[in-house]
Amino acid sequence: MRERHLITGATLPTGERADILLDGGVIGEVGSIADAAGATVFDADGLIALPGLVDLHTHLREPGYEQSETVLTGTQAAAAGGFTAVFAMANTFPVADTAGVVEQEATLGRAAGYATVQPIGAVTVGLKGAELAELGAMARSRANVRVFSDDGFCVSDPLLMRRALEYVKAFDGVIAQHAQEPRLTEGAQMNEGALSGELGLTGWPAVAEESIIARDVLLAEHVGSRLHVCHVSTAGSVEVIRWAKARGIDVTAEVTPHHLLLTEDLVKDYDPRFKVNPPLRRTEDTLALRAALADGTIDIVATDHAPHPVEAKQSEWDAAANGMVGLESALSVVHAAVVETGLLSWADVARVMSQAPARIGRLRGHGEAIAVGAAPELTLYDPSAASVFDLDRLAGRSVNSPYLGRSLPGRVVATFHGGYTTFADGAVRDAGEVAVLAREAFDG
Amino acid sequence: MHLLGTRDLARDEAINLLDIAEDMAAVQEREVKKLPTLRGKTVVNLFFEDSTRTRISFEAAAKRLSADVINFSAKGSSVSKGESLKDTAQTLQAMGADGVVIRHHASGAPHTLATSGWIDAGVINAGDGTHEHPTQALLDAFTMRRRLHGGASRGRGLDGARVVIVGDILHSRVARSNVWLLATLGAEVELVAPPTLVPVDTAAWPATIGYDLDAALAGAPDVVMMLRIQAERMHAAFFPNSREYARTWGLDDARFDRLPGTTMVMHPGPMNRGLEISARAADSPRSTVREQVANGVSVRMAALYLLLSSERGEA
Repeated sequence: MRERHLITGATLPTGERADILLDGGVIGEVGSIADAAGATVFDADGLIALPGLVDLHTHLREPGYEQSETVLTGTQAAAAGGFTAVFAMANTFPVADTAGVVEQEATLGRAAGYATVQPIGAVTVGLKGAELAELGAMARSRANVRVFSDDGFCVSDPLLMRRALEYVKAFDGVIAQHAQEPRLTEGAQMNEGALSGELGLTGWPAVAEESIIARDVLLAEHVGSRLHVCHVSTAGSVEVIRWAKARGIDVTAEVTPHHLLLTEDLVKDYDPRFKVNPPLRRTEDTLALRAALADGTIDIVATDHAPHPVEAKQSEWDAAANGMVGLESALSVVHAAVVETGLLSWADVARVMSQAPARIGRLRGHGEAIAVGAAPELTLYDPSAASVFDLDRLAGRSVNSPYLGRSLPGRVVATFHGGYTTFADGAVRDAGEVAVLAREAFDG
Repeated sequence: MHLLGTRDLARDEAINLLDIAEDMAAVQEREVKKLPTLRGKTVVNLFFEDSTRTRISFEAAAKRLSADVINFSAKGSSVSKGESLKDTAQTLQAMGADGVVIRHHASGAPHTLATSGWIDAGVINAGDGTHEHPTQALLDAFTMRRRLHGGASRGRGLDGARVVIVGDILHSRVARSNVWLLATLGAEVELVAPPTLVPVDTAAWPATIGYDLDAALAGAPDVVMMLRIQAERMHAAFFPNSREYARTWGLDDARFDRLPGTTMVMHPGPMNRGLEISARAADSPRSTVREQVANGVSVRMAALYLLLSSERGEA
């Protein structure tokens, strides 16, 4: 028996107030709804309804690193953050470089039922940057892969990058590049600048990102391919992408919530919670990234949710792992960085966190406007008072959040995936219930 | 209390430490060099990086204050088998360490140890990565002050002294600690290095940067401090080869001879004779290399005294 939810008095991204009926597998009605028989009524007065959020950049860690996260726990974190679909990065063990691994991930995601898990395939075998993975086989598999990335590593060989860009045109794929010139970042620990020199930490220069993006947009132009740039972190990268788009090059770009809000001065106390790759940059960079997101130079926000066990962050800086969990905090951080500052409207947020990522990843059934006939993927967000972001807000297996103890605005109140709730009343829904609902919704 | 770096050391704190080091140095001239000050205290030398010179200097300092000393070398211990800094710290905590002297290859490791809550002991940074080496800078300042002011050193800084530091600034914790401390004490610091071996942005450093050693030496500085150059740097394209380095940035005999007779020649050791410093310069009466070693013990006694006797005060 599919659930029916009548959401009353929600504020749509456009600012209009409406009731929304989630009627099993579809949004049945939007507007003023007098009554819906058998529906659970959800009072959404004062809440913003967004199309279910889509994350183009998530590390779910399964298979291989289940001590950090699993498909189940990672999608629970997604539900808590208002996400209804996540693109799972390929740096698992074994690496997602064959049809078998990507199909397994997709199957685990469907079974868990908290969000659509869309696997990303590796560009090169084992992420080694030496030979192409079976891109076509992954595209034709039941996982239907369209996004390919060696994220964590840069496809630095220019010839291999050219070939990958060309090859995926056959099935409308896209290469999502982790732009990091490897020789310029050997042993790199933080943004290179005045602070890295003072702290004695090996610098990760902006040019190592910008030079790869410049090369890749030119390659994409030359071979007429589609390029996506992961986690853009510098003002210079923004300029390169702006130039490429003006030239008509088919490039899209993402920024993480943490690069919109946090800056390198947090590294001062060598607290590894703030260690991430690409590193936190200068205030000027965060401002350029915010402006780029507002003017469309950067297309989307993607979390780069990167769970790590506590021991990987309880160490000296050099030995600590790169990465931060980000699914649960993403919407509040975007709220703080670009909505409260007046740069983005909630309609813009729906675009950069749902519609555009679904479009870039060619994911159907997500990122649709909240309208009759659309897929029942929905997030309700309370944009009111700020509160301290604490452990209760985290729902995944790992707690390496840089926001713990920091005051952030708003909170996700409920998430609907496939027409049923995955998160409500501050809690992730019971896994057994969700698994049953998912079978009804997606296998029926 | 910890001694993690010189960056945040106030002038009066630094001068107080140097003055206590003078007292300690006076004790070193007695027949019985040992003081009972830290009897019953345990100092752990926690060395994740080999450094016999620094370790024995701290060991001598602690023993002359009657502390019990435990040497914990990461090489060949559980640390080399993957034990974390946290587990090591908790082990030392359980053993009742009062002070930990830490040398670590990672910048910030002493800071992490001191602020993690894993251990209550006071922490002295004995060199971390390419970050800081505060006791080296303090002993350098102590040595300069003694040469400049002799018996009238107490209470004084290094106001107006001109110090040229030459070599691998980028990777040098000695250079960083010296830049902060010498500036705090009123000295004028000039750094001379190949451009590849200077951090990309030193605009906020209280020092001037130059690439021309001859020009810097022509200014007749009070102190020339030569830094050790690591041979492996040339393989990472920081400079073409050791011959070119020595010709351009080495204190060779000709450069040494052009210096005024009053200019001190310093080196934190170990020296590469013939590379960054000629044998004649290293062995001349103007060289302070051996004084630096002796003064190192006095300065480290002062640091341990301040660290561990203040804890006693709190108890």
